[in-house]
Amino acid sequence: MSDLTSLTLVQTIKALQDKQFSEEELNKAYLDRINSLDPKLNIFLEKKKNTRGIPAAIKDVIVTKNIKTTAGSKILSNFIPPYNATVVEKLLEQDISILGKTNCDEFAMGSSGENSAFGPTKNPWDLTKVPGGTSSGSAVAVASDSCVFALGSDTGGSIRQPASLCGVVGLKPSYSRVSRYGLIAAVSSFDTIGPITKSVDDAALVLDWISGSDNFDSNCKNEKFTFRPRGLEAGIKGLKVGIPKEYFGEGLEASVKKVIEDAIKKLEQLGAEIVEVSLPHSQYALAAYYILNPSEISSNMGRYDGIRFGSDRQDFGEEVKRRIMLGTFALSSGYYDDYFAKAAKVRTLVKQDFEKAFTSVDVIVGPVSPTTAWNLGEKIDDPLTMYLQDIYTISANLAGIPGLSVPCGFVDSLPVGLQILGKQFDEETILKVGIAFEQATDWKKEKPKL
Amino acid sequence: MNIKHVAKLANLPLTHHEEEKYSEQLSKILKYIEQLNQVDTSDVEPTFNVSGQENVISEDKIGECLDWKEGFFKTKGVFNNE
Repeated sequence: MSDLTSLTLVQTIKALQDKQFSEEELNKAYLDRINSLDPKLNIFLEKKKNTRGIPAAIKDVIVTKNIKTTAGSKILSNFIPPYNATVVEKLLEQDISILGKTNCDEFAMGSSGENSAFGPTKNPWDLTKVPGGTSSGSAVAVASDSCVFALGSDTGGSIRQPASLCGVVGLKPSYSRVSRYGLIAAVSSFDTIGPITKSVDDAALVLDWISGSDNFDSNCKNEKFTFRPRGLEAGIKGLKVGIPKEYFGEGLEASVKKVIEDAIKKLEQLGAEIVEVSLPHSQYALAAYYILNPSEISSNMGRYDGIRFGSDRQDFGEEVKRRIMLGTFALSSGYYDDYFAKAAKVRTLVKQDFEKAFTSVDVIVGPVSPTTAWNLGEKIDDPLTMYLQDIYTISANLAGIPGLSVPCGFVDSLPVGLQILGKQFDEETILKVGIAFEQATDWKKEKPKL
Repeated sequence: MNIKHVAKLANLPLTHHEEEKYSEQLSKILKYIEQLNQVDTSDVEPTFNVSGQENVISEDKIGECLDWKEGFFKTKGVFNNE
């Protein structure tokens, strides 16, 4: 088979069971592909040659035993972890092989993939554009068929946004659904690990594998997510889909808005009931996030003191230093109540907005990103403009709810993703909507020409 | 914001150029953040953990442990394979 790298995870498993090809042939096909593509895309920071297992790519903020893990930072450029993250252990139990560690914004801070100490990853749809971030390499690995699926992490949109900008599926699970053990800590009360995949089915299957209790993360929920293909394919007739008016206002590019509105019409044709909802505190979510996020970061980055991991603190990249400064200021004596405590209260209001909206709807749908992929270098010198790119994704992290990005169209040959948000721990319903939408459209068949 | 003071608290060595740049960028970001003051939070509790759980701990049961005899634990030999 010549196109075995274009198969989804579910298709790959089936083909292996039917003995259409061997695991060795599968691994070789992917390795050949990344050897030819990686020089121009800059996806992988480490590559592994395997002969067994289903090849997956792992974001470099997730530690892998005996495989160098840098988090995209110069500070960890020589760090070889002595243990595996829980998610990695769980994947290995499923006969997954680690094909490589993917490039990302340093310590998962950024929105474009440009903050890596090892150079930016390129968008496979247009090599002059950013792939989004921070799971930039993982999204590009999936979009360019350089792995069967990938793991990313989402603190403020870092799975959904690059998935949207690269035209693949990205799932941010509910906070605490998946163990964080072995995820290099950035913003501990926001960090989640989730799959980036070629289909919604694949995302559901990977979440089944990686979710569930873990003795190494005492904030991790005991109940795992269970993948029930038939339950997910039940259709969405009668399901109530909420459209938050705050997600369609100023800032959303008109062409992106059009694509999202067409996707909503599609859901209506599939039998969903469209209901307007309001998330009144959305406009304050970004401001609250950019206090809470740098505050937790300034604390978590304290461990890179030059003693335990080598490297001096001046080796941090520009964005990391900026957030350490902002967070240190927000937590400093005399400012805590005005900034951190205030933001934590606004977080409560954002969470309550969702709780209220979900009393009348089953899911909430809108754009992932206000624009399509922008030019490399375009926003890198203007941090506030860069932060505003996260405007539709961060609320879900403040509230701890799950979110899915599904390809829903193109603007000038660049992909647009539809965001589907659900109730806390109700990944099942957003996946159900994602599958219904995916099956009714042909967007997942579109591939970048490389 | 007193950049030099904050950099000292953060144990972050900054160059003169960085101090100037961050001064300007951070005041722009803080200005944006000031809009939080428009929100009335007088009766609102802060949220620090959204998981809705606390201290998820494993079941309290006895697992595998060393044998015990006459007040001592019995272990395998350390220096040879007894």
